[in-house]
Amino acid sequence: MAKRIEVKDLDIYYDKFLAVQGVSMTIQPRSVTALIGPSGCGKSTFLRTLNRMHELVPNARVEGSVVMDDDDLYGPNVDPVNVRRQIGMVFQRANPFPTMSIYDNVAAGLKLNNKRLKKSDMDDLVERSLKSANLWEEVKDRLHKPGSGLSGGQQQRLCIARAIAVQPEVLLMDEPCSALDPISTQAIEDLMLELKTNYTIVIVTHNMQQAARVSDTTGFFNLQGVGKPGELVEIDETTKIFSTPAQKATEDYISGRFG
Amino acid sequence: MSTSLKTPEQDPDLNTPLGGVSLTAGQLPRSAAPTTLVAAGVAGLLLWLLADWAIVLCALLAAAAYVVIVYTWSRTVEGPRKATDRFVTALVSGAFLLALLPLISVIATVVTRGVARFDAEFFTYSMIGVTGEGGGIYHAMIGTLIITGLATLISVPVGMLTAIYLVEYGRGKLAKAITFFVDVMTGIPSIVAGLFAYALFVMVFGPGVRMGLAGAVALSVLMIPTVVRSTEEMLKLVPNELREASYALAVPKWRTILKVVLPTALAGIATGVTLAIARVIGETAPLLVTAGLTDGDNFDPFDGRMTTLSVFSYYEYQSPGLFAEASFDRAWGAALVLMIIVMVLNLVARAISKLFAPKSR
Ligand SMILES: Nc1ncnc2c1ncn2[C@@H]1O[C@H](COP(=O)(O)OP(=O)(O)OP(=O)(O)O)[C@@H](O)[C@H]1O
Ligand SMILES: [Mg+2]
Repeated sequence: MAKRIEVKDLDIYYDKFLAVQGVSMTIQPRSVTALIGPSGCGKSTFLRTLNRMHELVPNARVEGSVVMDDDDLYGPNVDPVNVRRQIGMVFQRANPFPTMSIYDNVAAGLKLNNKRLKKSDMDDLVERSLKSANLWEEVKDRLHKPGSGLSGGQQQRLCIARAIAVQPEVLLMDEPCSALDPISTQAIEDLMLELKTNYTIVIVTHNMQQAARVSDTTGFFNLQGVGKPGELVEIDETTKIFSTPAQKATEDYISGRFG
Repeated sequence: MSTSLKTPEQDPDLNTPLGGVSLTAGQLPRSAAPTTLVAAGVAGLLLWLLADWAIVLCALLAAAAYVVIVYTWSRTVEGPRKATDRFVTALVSGAFLLALLPLISVIATVVTRGVARFDAEFFTYSMIGVTGEGGGIYHAMIGTLIITGLATLISVPVGMLTAIYLVEYGRGKLAKAITFFVDVMTGIPSIVAGLFAYALFVMVFGPGVRMGLAGAVALSVLMIPTVVRSTEEMLKLVPNELREASYALAVPKWRTILKVVLPTALAGIATGVTLAIARVIGETAPLLVTAGLTDGDNFDPFDGRMTTLSVFSYYEYQSPGLFAEASFDRAWGAALVLMIIVMVLNLVARAISKLFAPKSR
């Protein structure tokens, strides 16, 4: 069920610009891996290479390997669509489909792929997903109203519901709580802890307490210098990173000292 | 050095750092501008009626008088900023009226002359056997609908698919070349489109060929670039995030385009198509050489001449025959019908964009 991902010597390019260099890490199954680091150091970029979203940017490419349970995601015969079927994603910015109702947004993963479910099963799935994302109570009376009529935070939770409705093996979340209040944040964190019993979760966050609360492993990204590519400084058990990090840069970042 | 600049020794006045401008200022009464306008208008009218000056001159004088009076009045009471505001407002409104003038004049002329023949016969009869009064445009209306309909049927799929290729797939030289030729096609004169279609059909059917389909092809040549352009613009407006959201749900590219991108852009595309139709429905020259004119009903686009409203109107005016007045009335009537169709199409475009637009409530 849950998948282990091995990343090896990954270089990530936007055309000629090397954005992230030399990342190697193992993402453990049935656990939450948190990625932290300053803005612009390549966390989102790295996350997007894990489900082959990165190559959607014109001329973007990667070098190195990402292996999920013995399959190289960047192997020659790998269909990115199949990769994304197993590795879902929540984006940094909420992006519900404006032409669809709240209900259809949650069901989009199935409906857009023409997967048919019995009406009652679909209703169940939508309700369960919305409840997991802590949105059900707010929208249960207007499921068939457009999703773009929701507040920013509600839209973000709608996108989370949409991502978990297709039950991916791995869930990538790019700052899923940055637009949320503490109560919804709590709900999303509970959701992550619940999901990790079956799935693999990778989360990017700027909230250090959040990383400490929910993650088992934490990776710290940093820029090698101004105008230089980002790198993975260190990755280790969360308790270790937040108590006795091996690198000085990590310690400085976590304790709020820079440079 | 003016007195408002403070010398360094003085304490700066922190309560009123901008020099204490009072919040209230002189203001013209609300009715000032309208009253001046009416006064200037009446003065112009009097000059025209009593002094018998040219009407255009009187109108210009009245407008100039209004601008000068309001500006100076406002400047003395309200100060230069508001005076400039009023001056520019007057200029902008003036330009707007000037632009509106030909439009209103055209509509008024077409309506007053066109209604003469708005009777049941006009809409239900063709011109078979009509030499003098009477006769109708039934055959021309249906002909216009058939030819424009066919043109739409050809242009919309070709144009939309081209636009989808350009926005979603096209990279590199081919896409650039297509964009360039679409741009060039937007500008070709309509008679060239007509001659092209005629030449094409001559190759197949021999010289002297006239048929509705040829007219439709000629109109398509004019319509395709407009459809490509408007669809392209609309597809570009669809945020990339939506495509990514769809890809992240493991939706293949073609399905993403079909089920996410197109529905999101549908309102704009439909509006663009409707306006493209409105644009070609009144074309005369290309239909003159391809579809020609006939007096009777021919509703078969694959065989023989087919009358359209614009060509009908043109011939009625150009060769009126013995009963010129009746011919002219028919020409204006056909023109009015065409204008109403275009207007309805524009309203339809608005309704469509309302209907299909992504809602947020
Ligand atoms: N589409 C793109 N084209 C070119 N360069 C890009 C693109 N997206 C990101 N970059 C560059 O890649 C680098 C890493 O960006 P990324 O979005 O991964 O940062 P991040 O760590 O997620 O930052 P934040 O915490 O602000 O979200 C930045 O220098 C950015 O300018
Ligand atoms: Mg980011």
